[in-house]
Amino acid sequence: MSIAIPIILVVAIGFVASAVLSYASKVFAVEVDETAQQIREELPGANCGGCGYAGCDDYANALAGDHSLPCTKCVVGGPSVAEKVAQILGVTAGEGDRQVAVVMCNGTSEASKKVMEYTGIKTCKAAKSIFGGINACPFGCLGFGDCEAACQFDSIHVRDGVAWVNRDTCTSCGACVEACPNGLIRLAPEKNLVFVRCHNTEKVKDAMQACSNACIGCKKCEGACKFDAVHVTNNLSYIDPEKCKNCGMCEKVCPTGNIINMRLVKNAAKKKLAAAAPVPAKPEAEGAQPNA
Amino acid sequence: MFKSLIVIMISMILVHNYPLAQFLGICPFLGVSKDMDAAKGMGVAVTFVMVIATAATWPIQQVLNHFGIGYLQTIVFILVIAFLVQLIEMFMKKSMPSLYVALGVYLPLITTNCAVLGVCISNISSNYNYIQSLFNSFGAGLGFLFGMILMAGVRTRLVDEENFPEPFRGVPIVLVTASIMSLSFMGFSGMFS
Repeated sequence: MSIAIPIILVVAIGFVASAVLSYASKVFAVEVDETAQQIREELPGANCGGCGYAGCDDYANALAGDHSLPCTKCVVGGPSVAEKVAQILGVTAGEGDRQVAVVMCNGTSEASKKVMEYTGIKTCKAAKSIFGGINACPFGCLGFGDCEAACQFDSIHVRDGVAWVNRDTCTSCGACVEACPNGLIRLAPEKNLVFVRCHNTEKVKDAMQACSNACIGCKKCEGACKFDAVHVTNNLSYIDPEKCKNCGMCEKVCPTGNIINMRLVKNAAKKKLAAAAPVPAKPEAEGAQPNA
Repeated sequence: MFKSLIVIMISMILVHNYPLAQFLGICPFLGVSKDMDAAKGMGVAVTFVMVIATAATWPIQQVLNHFGIGYLQTIVFILVIAFLVQLIEMFMKKSMPSLYVALGVYLPLITTNCAVLGVCISNISSNYNYIQSLFNSFGAGLGFLFGMILMAGVRTRLVDEENFPEPFRGVPIVLVTASIMSLSFMGFSGMFS
């Protein structure tokens, strides 16, 4: 008989708990958006956060709540998932803004001054840990190719002491962005062709001493821009990708040549290609350096 | 009577602080302390669950004692706490969705939070009466909240990880931080006997 009481007691507690819970689940029932659930099923469920939301659930909820949001944000699923999601929402998927990595340094080996003879481990991270790196410019590309090693798609290469991105094969995965110890690489929309290739926020004198290609914050580009896209803050010019129309005026007035116009690079590469037709095509962005 | 309640509460907040002196509830202590708002929410949620759980488990213990089956304490308490947390989760989802989202996976984790079970059992083993038990749980919850806020305050300053050697980044530095904080809480021991 002694075993009966504990059993009855525990069962009774369990029973009461389950009864209350099942009742509560009806009282506190939250309406779940069915569209969100459908979208959630189409999404890969990697919860990587690549879309800019906290996870697949969050993205699905946001999409269901606001149909005007772009449904092409899922990096893992790519276009196929975007199309399915668009079907559920009854909109067209459209082209997502493709992004490519951009390196914000033009400190080629001849432009950027070196402050030491570095014989240590040949990685940017190791070099950076010793007095901020081999360059006089503490912001610049260290040139050991940590980004090159991080890139799974062979899309970034160090040439002449500076990393260059192949804009055609770049998948905007962001591996190089994380690999760069100086934080020089960022993702920018592919449609933007004009960039400031410098990250140096030092004052004119220091910046010029460190690297002859550095941005000196002269604000000439700011004056040249008709679209209010270029602004100098903290001795460094920045082109707003939203406002930039790729006209290239800022590039023309830049006295140190740290602004690059990718269209010119493309054209130069094409000319080069035409001149030496049989030579296998070099990736465009890597092909030529108009400012070097 | 009132004085003893105050003493119980202060001793739970400082001397027997759950995460930092008794090492109970470490999982949410390390997991949710990245963000100050989430840390506060978690602290308040745990405090709330602790008080509710005590309010429910103390009478149940009396029932168990009445039938002479006090040894079922652990299993019955787990059952009751799990039930309560489920109930609170449903309630929160309905009426406080922002807090629900902020707590995320950690709210269900309160179900198996050793701090909640720990405070219920310590109430019984300390032979507290009902009022004392409630204050003890409330104090334990406040201590947990206090620890969470301290930890979150420190961790918001640890965000820039450039200063740490690579092996220390992430969880290791948090564990080091927690141990140093815990060491400092040893200074309170002996304040009350």
